Amino acid sequence: MSIGVFTKEVIYNLFHKPATEKYPFVTREYGERTRGHIENDMNACVLCGMCMMRCPSHAIKVDRNAYTWSINPFSCVQCSYCVEGCPKKCLSMKNTYTTPDTAKNTVTLKYSDERIRAEEEKKKEMIAKAMAAKKAAAEKAAAAAKTAAETPKAAAGTAGTTEKG
Amino acid sequence: MSKISVVPYGPQHPVLPEPVHLDLVLQDEKIVSAIPSIGFIHRGLEKLVEKRDYKEMVFVAERICGICSFGHGMGYCEAVENVMKVEVPDRAKYLRTIFQEMSRLHSHTLWLGLAADAFGYESLFMQTWRIREKILDMLEMATGGRVIFSIVDVGGLRKDVPDEMLAEFAKRLKDLREDYNRITAAFLEDDAVKSRLCGVGVLTIEQANDLGCCGPFLRASGVRRDSRMTDYEAYAKLDFEPVVSHDGDSYARCVVRIKEIYQSIDLIEQAIAQIPAGDVCTPVKGMPDGEYLARVEQPRGEALYYVKGNGTKNLERFRVRTPTFANIPGLVEVLKGQDFADVGTLILTIDPCISCTER
Ligand code: SF4
Ligand code: SF4
Repeated sequence: MSIGVFTKEVIYNLFHKPATEKYPFVTREYGERTRGHIENDMNACVLCGMCMMRCPSHAIKVDRNAYTWSINPFSCVQCSYCVEGCPKKCLSMKNTYTTPDTAKNTVTLKYSDERIRAEEEKKKEMIAKAMAAKKAAAEKAAAAAKTAAETPKAAAGTAGTTEKG
Repeated sequence: MSKISVVPYGPQHPVLPEPVHLDLVLQDEKIVSAIPSIGFIHRGLEKLVEKRDYKEMVFVAERICGICSFGHGMGYCEAVENVMKVEVPDRAKYLRTIFQEMSRLHSHTLWLGLAADAFGYESLFMQTWRIREKILDMLEMATGGRVIFSIVDVGGLRKDVPDEMLAEFAKRLKDLREDYNRITAAFLEDDAVKSRLCGVGVLTIEQANDLGCCGPFLRASGVRRDSRMTDYEAYAKLDFEPVVSHDGDSYARCVVRIKEIYQSIDLIEQAIAQIPAGDVCTPVKGMPDGEYLARVEQPRGEALYYVKGNGTKNLERFRVRTPTFANIPGLVEVLKGQDFADVGTLILTIDPCISCTER
C-alpha cells in the first residue's frame, strides 16, 4: 500500500509561488529569438518580390506598380523564411505576437510620396534611355544592312561554297 | 448469453485529444472487438510537394504534427540530404539530437498529463503540464517557437545555439530532474493510478511483433527495438540503450515512457557535454534527384519518410508513415476483452497522434 504519494507535491506547492502570472498586471517577457510577427522597413525595401516568392503560406503580396508591400498576418506562419531571403535586410521578425483583430485583415505598406515621385522619375528616365537605345540599335542595324547590300559578291561567294560542300 | 451492442466512441470524446472513431462491439461491459476509422482531419500535406519547392516543404513537414514537429522536419531533411548527398556538420547533428530529445521530453510529459486526466487525476495532470511549460520555455529561448521550431533546414540548422545557452539548458535540466522525481513517484507508486493501469490491456511480445507496433508501445511488450539504434544524427556517439519492459500492460507503457524521460535528459546532457564547435549548415546546391527512405524515432515510435526527387525544385513524391498508424492494429488487439470503462485510458496508452496519421 502506498497512500499519500502526492502529499510531497502538495506541500511543495504550498510553499512555492504559483506557476502562473497575474496577467494584466504582469506581462510576459519574450525572448529575443521568439518569432512573433513580421515587420518591414519600407524605407529600405526595394519591392524586389523575393519575400513573396519564398513565403510558403503566400502571406506576402508585392505590387511594384502600386508601390505597396502587404502581408496578411493571419496567414503568416512565422517561419522567418522571408527574413532570411530579403536582399535588403529590411524585413525583421519581432518577438511580440500579431495584434489581434476582428477580421483577417491585410496590412499594407506603401512607399512615401516623395519616394514614389522619385521612382516615377527613375522609371521615366529608364524608359527614355531604353527608347534611345532601341533607336540607336535600329540605326545600327540599318547601317549594317546597307553595308551588306554594297558587298553582295562576297556573300554570294560564300553561299556557293556551302552549296558545293 | 447477453445481447451484443455497438457503441460509437469518438471522434469527439472528452478523453480523446484528437479525433479518432471506434465502433466498439460490446457484450455486457466487455469489448468483443473494435473497428477503428480515421480520416476526420486529413489535410493533404503530402500532395503539397507539387506546389511547394523542396526547401519550403521543410515547413510543411514540420506541421504534420504539433507535438513531434521537430522530428518530422528532421526526418524530411535527412531524406532530402541523403538524396542530394549533403554532409551535415557535426554541430548541427548534435543540436538536432538535442532538439529531438527535448521534443521527446515534452511529448512524454504531455502524455503523462493526458493519461492522468484520462484516469481522472486532475491535479496530477496540472502538475505534469507545469513541468512541460518549463521545457517549452527552453525551446522558445533557443528556437523562437514553442512547438513548431522552424529551425531545421536541408543541410543543417537555420540558427546556431550559443554555448552559454546550452550551459543554461544543462542547469535547468538538473532542476527538471527534481521536478520529475516528485511527479513520476505519483505515477509509479500511487495505488489509485496503479489500480487503473496494472494488468490492463496486455499486449504480448508475439502480438506486438506480428502487428508491427512501434515506439514505447512495442518496447513495453519486451521488444528491444528503437530506431535510434540505427545511429542517425549524433546517436552513434552517445551512450544509449533502449528502455524495455516485459509486462506489456498499461502500467509498463507508463513506466517505459517515464524511464525514457530520464533517458532523454541524460542524452541531452551527454550531447551538451560533447558538442563540437563549428558551422551548423552546409550550403545546398542543385535539386534533389533520386529517392531515399529515412527512419526517425519519434516520441511515439518509428516514423518513415520517403522522398523521391526528379531533378526539379519540386519533389515528385513525399510519403510519411507515422508511428500511430502502425500502432492502431495493436490498439484494436489490446481493446479486446477489456472493460468499457478502460477504453479511454487504453487508447491513450498508445499515445495516439491522429493528425500525423492522417497528414
Ligand atoms: S524581399 Fe525585402 S526588399 Fe524584397 S520586396 Fe521583400 S521586403 Fe522588400
Ligand atoms: S514568416 Fe514565413 S509565412 Fe510569414 S510572411 Fe515570412 S515567409 Fe511568409
